[in-house]
Amino acid sequence: MAESKLELLTYPIFKRNPIALLILGICSALAVTGQMATAFVMSVCVVFVTAFSSLTISIVRFQIPNSVRIGIQITVIATLVILVDQILKAFVFELSKQLSIYVGLIITNCIIMGRAEGFAMSNPPVSSFLDGVGNGLGYSFILIAVSFIRELFGSGSIFGYEVMKTVTNGGWYIPNGLLVLPASAFFIVAMIIWAVRSVLTDQQETE
Amino acid sequence: MGHYLDIIFRSIFLENLPLSFFLGMCTFLAISKQVKTAIGLGSAVLFLQIITVPINNLVLSTLLKPGALSWAGQPDIDLTFLGLLTYIAIIAAVVQVLEMVLDRFLPALYNTLGIFLPLLTVNCAILGASLFMVERDYTFGESVAYGVGAGGGFFLAVVVLAGIRERSEYADPPAGLKGLGMTFITAGLMAIAFMGLAGMQL
Repeated sequence: MAESKLELLTYPIFKRNPIALLILGICSALAVTGQMATAFVMSVCVVFVTAFSSLTISIVRFQIPNSVRIGIQITVIATLVILVDQILKAFVFELSKQLSIYVGLIITNCIIMGRAEGFAMSNPPVSSFLDGVGNGLGYSFILIAVSFIRELFGSGSIFGYEVMKTVTNGGWYIPNGLLVLPASAFFIVAMIIWAVRSVLTDQQETE
Repeated sequence: MGHYLDIIFRSIFLENLPLSFFLGMCTFLAISKQVKTAIGLGSAVLFLQIITVPINNLVLSTLLKPGALSWAGQPDIDLTFLGLLTYIAIIAAVVQVLEMVLDRFLPALYNTLGIFLPLLTVNCAILGASLFMVERDYTFGESVAYGVGAGGGFFLAVVVLAGIRERSEYADPPAGLKGLGMTFITAGLMAIAFMGLAGMQL
């Protein structure tokens, strides 16, 4: 682990993107990408939880008995998620209704467990924190990219503001209905993976 | 009876956990290379859903809901904010107990399901089903039906995906799409196929 602090932060965004390379954490990722606003809030939540769970676990890593470490990690993560959930319910109730169960599902997001187990357990707090932020941002990058495509072409708007006037509102753009449906997220992620792996050829799978 | 069948049918075909809610994706994509292992994983999920969803329902209605603690003389306590922590703890506990019970009494089943069970503690499909149960306010009977449907839906999706992947093994996609990319596109096409059933009702 001879990486500098900056690399810890930036590597996971493109080079070791948790979603594109490792297939981690897609579970809750795709469902919230129908609109940019939900994707953005979800990203903020995940960055927050990954960063602070890594930090907390790294601080207490010498006190955690090896045999119960998974349980302790889950408890730390679940507590942070409850915190996030309550804050969302208190301040942005409408959005928290739209995100429905997916905020709760951050607990089982494999990125967070993966970073806690794979990195924070064996590294000092500051590096773990940065690693957590970096991985959170890598996840956010995919989330925002997918939701940008889905909202722009699916309903002609960005963050709810109309960019391309749709036919139903008297404009010219015929929205692509497929992009509103869940299935489209699969295709968009496949295309992103394809693009990333065409540039960074060492990520390609060989059979 | 029809009501319960409707819940099962809906959760298998219309509200399929991996294909329309993207739950349990990680395991869904990672362990679908062969039909045989996919069947093992699918049955482990089915098994666990049938047990955990009703248990979480009982815990919710007797301990956590506002007023649920009135049997203990505390009608004003509302513990729903502890929900997430409780459900995940119960799921983890059930997984552990199940592992021990299967190992002791049904070694054959343990050998097929064993490796998947610990994985499933942090599977979004398991926790997701419990959270949907809470959000939709299911009764105990409904939550049993929902557990069956949610698990059955996962089973069906993962086995079908594995079947398609086995078949397309000899296909020759562009290098960047190999493996994960292809799997995503396959899953997307399956999701569209499942959507064809929308609107059907029992």
